[in-house]
Amino acid sequence: MAIKYSPTVIEHFTNPQNVGEIENADAAATEGSPACGDMLTFTLKVDPESHVIEDVRFRSYGCASNISTASMATVLAKGKPVEEVKNFNAKIISEKLGGLPATKMHCSVLAVNGLKAAIKQWEINNGLAEEEEIQCNVTTIKKLLKHVINPQTGKNIISMGMINFIKIDGAKVFIEVNLGDTEDMYAENIRDEITETIESMKCLEEVVVRILDRQKFEIKDNNGV
Amino acid sequence: MSEKPIYFDNNDSTAMIEPVFAAMKPYFMEQYGNPASLHQYGLDAEEAVNDARATLTGLIGAQSDELLFTGSATESNNLALFGLTQAAPKNKHHLITSKVEHHAVLNVMKRLVKEGFEVTFLDVDKEGFVDPDDLKKAIRPETLLASIVHGNHVIGTIQDIKALGEVCRENGVLFHTDAAQSFTKVPIDVNDIPVDLISINAHKMHGPKGVGALYVRKGVRFDRLMEGGPQENNRRPGTENVPAIVGMEEAAKIGCANRDKDNAYMIEIRDRLIEKLLEIPHTHLNGPRGDKRMPSNANITFLYIEGEAILMHLSMRGVYVSSGSACSSIALAPSNVLTAIGLVHEEAHGSIRFSFSKLNSLDEVEPAVEHVKQVVDQLRAMSAFIPAEHSEKEGAGKTFYKKKKSEF
Repeated sequence: MAIKYSPTVIEHFTNPQNVGEIENADAAATEGSPACGDMLTFTLKVDPESHVIEDVRFRSYGCASNISTASMATVLAKGKPVEEVKNFNAKIISEKLGGLPATKMHCSVLAVNGLKAAIKQWEINNGLAEEEEIQCNVTTIKKLLKHVINPQTGKNIISMGMINFIKIDGAKVFIEVNLGDTEDMYAENIRDEITETIESMKCLEEVVVRILDRQKFEIKDNNGV
Repeated sequence: MSEKPIYFDNNDSTAMIEPVFAAMKPYFMEQYGNPASLHQYGLDAEEAVNDARATLTGLIGAQSDELLFTGSATESNNLALFGLTQAAPKNKHHLITSKVEHHAVLNVMKRLVKEGFEVTFLDVDKEGFVDPDDLKKAIRPETLLASIVHGNHVIGTIQDIKALGEVCRENGVLFHTDAAQSFTKVPIDVNDIPVDLISINAHKMHGPKGVGALYVRKGVRFDRLMEGGPQENNRRPGTENVPAIVGMEEAAKIGCANRDKDNAYMIEIRDRLIEKLLEIPHTHLNGPRGDKRMPSNANITFLYIEGEAILMHLSMRGVYVSSGSACSSIALAPSNVLTAIGLVHEEAHGSIRFSFSKLNSLDEVEPAVEHVKQVVDQLRAMSAFIPAEHSEKEGAGKTFYKKKKSEF
């Protein structure tokens, strides 16, 4: 199926703004992963007095919407105080781009998270925030799973009520997901994203994701088949 | 982009050629009868459909009543697999396929799993071949059928369907092959190859879209899926798409008559393109080389960048290709074929398929390669990704940015 992008997305894709990295940056952060096919690295320069973002640049590994959302995020952030940029959300980016297809909404989430992660790093570097200790519990997992987007709807799987339960047993975590009205074909993507998210916590050794379709039939992972 | 685009996506669809269009034309506005009608217009239409059936079966050494027309190779695959499983005795509840099938087989199999069938998905080697011994080992007393693709749509692997068919025949298992990509390019003679069902279509061989066919060997038990009229020997109701069927016949005739010449022509383009693209650092070919590869297919992985971005840049430059990346599929999953041959996700994401027809020319290779080089350079220059082991081992490439989250 062909994916149709808005003219603004195409513009930022063909002529991305603020590409590269800042030498001697005040902070940097990478979000996403090569396995998922999208990853962004942001570098920041922040004015120590006014806390205004003087410069922000990105590097991208990803598709057209990955590149254009990152480009738009940097355009919107540049020249603004960090406090304002901390309030950015994925919707602002996608609206400014003239909309994104639902299956690409996760790209705008990644761009915003990357930018915020770089700001957080700047705050930590400057003693304005503490490094967060990741608590290895269900609450943290739920919080992190808000970053997993259902490709069919563009909404996150927690707000859609797709998680039946999360159970931690030693170093192993079980998660049961119900697809509801989501098509089966998205199951493996959702499984991969959940696994990836939990592995990023680096405190659990095994992730078991059980996915049930509309009729409560388990969709098995046939090694990518 | 004023020049004519370079269309290297012929495994997706081909241009129809003039003689095919000419053969079809009278059947739209002049000979428009329904083959089921009893008057002269109907008889003429029926004759056209039966002539096409005779031609197509003749090209595979089958009898003329062993083929039925469908709307696509996808429909043929569905009809074959659902048709056989519906007609099967209760104790035959096991099916075999491979991990490199088209979704028109894979997703039918997944649905059959839900309906209570057991399905074995056979592994392939790193070039995409199914080992006939693996097929043999997978067969059980309750195995009904095996379905293995002939020419692979992603990486061009041509399976040894004779060896696979023989394993099935020796063990009393029905054998279906999806020959949507290979038909006309790779010969199939059903007297030589023990295959019971073959799916084909027209639009991959310069015929029209919206028509396919299914060869079903005489005596194979098979149920129709739709109810309606008695068309296609009572197995596929619905008025036949007469112009498309006539077009399919013409395309198949021309394709088979010129097979050796066309294949040699495409292979020259294919091998030149592969050679030139592999000169780009951090690339590799997916699928086999030589005569076990479809003449029409090349598939290259470009590391550290993502396929959809490559594809879109190439499209804007007038080079049309397709990608195995998750991002260019609506399901956001990388191609099952690429993961089945052992590619890790980031290799699959950066894979591009270039596919050819006799309408391409060797002169297109150089400009296409130049565009690819520029796009790859552009995207790699902004890439956020290079694993350390690559950057140190392969010093010949560009200097890439390394992930450095914790340095600050």
